[in-house]
Amino acid sequence: MSEKMIHLIITRQKDGEGGSYKEEFKLPYRENMNVISALMEIRRNPVNANGEDTTAVSWEASCLEEVCGACSMVINGKPRQSCTALVDQLEQPIRLEPMKTFPVVRDLVVDRSRMFDSLKRVKAWVPIDGTYDLGPGPRMPEAKRQWAYELSKCMTCGVCLEACPNVNDKSEFIGPAALSQVRLFNAHPTGAMHKAERLNTLMDGDGGLSNCGNSQNCVQACPKGIPLTTSIAALNRDTTLQSFKNFFGSDNNF
Amino acid sequence: MSQNREFFLRKLHSLLGVIPVGLFLLVHLGVNYFSVRGEEEYNQAVAFMEGLPFRYAMEIFIIFIPILFHAIYGLYIAFQARHNTGTYSYFRNWMFRLQRTTGVITLIFVAWHVWDTRIAAALGQEVNFDMMADIVANPVALVAYIIGITATTFHFANGLWSFAITWGITVSPRSQQISTYITLGIFVLLTFVGIRSILAFVM
Ligand code: HEM
Ligand code: SF4
Ligand code: FES
Repeated sequence: MSEKMIHLIITRQKDGEGGSYKEEFKLPYRENMNVISALMEIRRNPVNANGEDTTAVSWEASCLEEVCGACSMVINGKPRQSCTALVDQLEQPIRLEPMKTFPVVRDLVVDRSRMFDSLKRVKAWVPIDGTYDLGPGPRMPEAKRQWAYELSKCMTCGVCLEACPNVNDKSEFIGPAALSQVRLFNAHPTGAMHKAERLNTLMDGDGGLSNCGNSQNCVQACPKGIPLTTSIAALNRDTTLQSFKNFFGSDNNF
Repeated sequence: MSQNREFFLRKLHSLLGVIPVGLFLLVHLGVNYFSVRGEEEYNQAVAFMEGLPFRYAMEIFIIFIPILFHAIYGLYIAFQARHNTGTYSYFRNWMFRLQRTTGVITLIFVAWHVWDTRIAAALGQEVNFDMMADIVANPVALVAYIIGITATTFHFANGLWSFAITWGITVSPRSQQISTYITLGIFVLLTFVGIRSILAFVM
């Protein structure tokens, strides 16, 4: 019986210096494989399709259940998580590339630092540290909690940035993920204590909220189904009001 | 305002696209439609517009400067995008791309159109029905006008859709869906008005 094979074409790169090239691999098929297990197979036996010894392909993964976002890469042209990319559902040859929005570290590993820097920039957290115990925060209505939970599913995977035509080397645009987090933390009863500060951050400097051009790719691409474009429009409303308050002055501006 | 210059410029760009440039476009298309009623009525309408008090001040502050700002900043925005309709062939991504393409076409068209009419007028030619009829007697110019008008009406109508998002008027997916239909309707309507007017000069 002729053995069924999996054909992979991987865009590789030795380090952050550039010089990418493609390398092909043929692996024996097993049932229920995902892209990660195919990559593990290459790591076990790093021989390319020409039968030459090669270096193992580098990639990143952690949770293996699409909640950490670490394993994102471009698979057959579209960015997605490799841990939930099932070989049986993919057209062959399977083309794997690193996401191009982020600097490549090696092979399929990219550096998503800019996303974490963005979260810091917008203060995507609930500040509770103080010199004394602040006690429990106000309760949130259950219906609101359920809604907020959807926004909180973001795993900083970078797919929405990769899909956005306005996130690129010519623009500073912060991208959809961090914007939606501002909406999440502004909606939180304790987080809302820093609402104006977060909104002002989105208006200050280059590459803020107003760089969105409404292509709405992000909402289609997000693997977690986060309503990114609704968040962006809601923030447009909030920042519009905030800018009026800033300009005309307000006794209720926090 | 020192820190949020980009936010301010973007909002200004968006606002100027509708007020006054978009409003001017509506007036302009409306007046042009007199051509459908014949040469005499058209010339009367043009004479009325030309005779408006404060004409030059209005032309400069309501039309010329706002368009210039919107166009120059619009070019900067347009060339910041890296289009990816090949990978993401969604409707809205195409609209995003077309918004930028039609912006550039509109700029070229408006520059040529101003050259052909206002500059010619400044050099002594009279703006009237015959002037337009002469221009579009050339089939190439007629086709250019039809393309230019369509690009402009598309850019304005689809711009209204994104304007409503930029200012936080349409937030929910459903409201944005409804405004897609409305602005598409506006596009069809204005394109009809524009093309019918220009065809009146050749028929
Ligand atoms: C008749 C002339 C024009 C009218 C009535 C017009 C109107 C508009 C409107 C209403 C918008 C929507 C604003 C928003 O998204 O908030 C817009 C956006 C835009 N316009 Fe224009 N425009 C005109 C000419 C131009 C020209 C000559 C350019 C130059 C390329 C241009 C480039 C753009 C761009 C790039 C956008 C998208 C802005 C964004 O998504 O942030 N427009 N325009
Ligand atoms: S919003 Fe969605 S696509 Fe964007 S980083 Fe978060 S999970 Fe990924
Ligand atoms: S490994 Fe965590 S999302 Fe794939």
